[in-house]
Amino acid sequence: MNDVIKYIFLFIILLLIQVIVLNNILFLGYINPLLYILFIIVFPLMRDRGFILIVSFLLGLFIDFFLDSGGVNAAATLAIAYLRLPLLKGLLRKSEIDFLVFKVTKLPFAKLLSFIAILTFTHHLIVFSLEYFKFTEILTILSRTILTGIFTFILIIFSLLIMNKSK
Amino acid sequence: MQQIISFIIKYKYFILFMLLEIIALNFTVQSHSYHKSKFVNSANVLTGGIYNKIHSFKQYTSLKEHNQQLLEENVRLKNKLSKTLINSTHDTITVIDSLKYFQKYSYTFATIINNQYHKKHNYLTINIGSKKGVEPDQGVINSKGIIGITNTTSNNYSTVLSILNENSKINVKLLNSLHFGTLTWNSEDYNILQLIDLPIQADIKEGDTVVTGGRSTIFPKGIPVGFILNFNKKNNSYKSINIKLFNDMSAIGPVYIITNFDKKEINNLEETVY
Repeated sequence: MNDVIKYIFLFIILLLIQVIVLNNILFLGYINPLLYILFIIVFPLMRDRGFILIVSFLLGLFIDFFLDSGGVNAAATLAIAYLRLPLLKGLLRKSEIDFLVFKVTKLPFAKLLSFIAILTFTHHLIVFSLEYFKFTEILTILSRTILTGIFTFILIIFSLLIMNKSK
Repeated sequence: MQQIISFIIKYKYFILFMLLEIIALNFTVQSHSYHKSKFVNSANVLTGGIYNKIHSFKQYTSLKEHNQQLLEENVRLKNKLSKTLINSTHDTITVIDSLKYFQKYSYTFATIINNQYHKKHNYLTINIGSKKGVEPDQGVINSKGIIGITNTTSNNYSTVLSILNENSKINVKLLNSLHFGTLTWNSEDYNILQLIDLPIQADIKEGDTVVTGGRSTIFPKGIPVGFILNFNKKNNSYKSINIKLFNDMSAIGPVYIITNFDKKEINNLEETVY
């Protein structure tokens, strides 16, 4: 029960931080970090994967409502929520993971970094591809993916450090 | 049958994933086309309300500029008014025929509570909606020039398709001639737009003023847009004409929404023609 409240709280806090603060940063004129995917990274693994898919879809859709961007963030967040488990299995070279004890932050540091990086850049690539939706603008898509991705990545690492400290 | 059920159970997460992904992609495609009623927009109670709250904190930082802007506009309008008063005292004509006083446009004021200018498809959110008579496809301007066209409305909020949007195409003309063109945006610099479809017969110079053309029912004729920054000719036609806006699109606050009283009549007439 305690955990449920904690993750509802995290959902709302991340949504509000994204909308109120991070969407107005415009570093170098256009870079807005998309920190809200932290929710997908820290959300506990469950045997029932349907729940995370629905929650991630809703989180993305809420962001889209605020940004008037159609379903761009919903599609991308859903994709990384689906990819999360296969990616973890691949990184740990295990076919089965003990869902109850497993925690993302307990991963070895190098594996944790690559896990976050792969999810972040996949998410951003989908977001910008869908937003631009044109093959001729592939360079813009890639440059925005990389620049925004680095920014988001750093923010996620810092947020994880803060969240672990406060425990 | 047994096999179908076992197939569904085996791949249930994948099926759920595909289903939700198709919904999301459907919303995305909808948002990329101009004339579609959009379900995902920031004009609803929740997003509009939150943007309104944020705006009520943020507005203090730009009060000075907005006041200055409104004062400048007031001065300009007052000067215009005093000129017409002088003219009318020379020969006073009393016109009682009410048909000759036919008002074509009316203006409503609103405030932008969310501003976007860094994406490819930019939308603004304003703090009035259908309760105050806002409908889709109304022009939005401020004292310095055009801002965009209303897109979706809820009771208390509306979204505006910014001129900084790939789908935005606005009919404009040169101030000193009758040549028309179309105003578009190439999504690079948010204060520089592109003028296309201008015939080569139009003699243009850098610094020429561009105003709205008045060929659509959305904007009246002669609202300032910007001036020609630079252009180049190729094969006896204008290749690219860059327009610098009078507005700074990153700092806009109070706006006016234009209602055209003839719109319905014009649209009905056009429907019968096509």
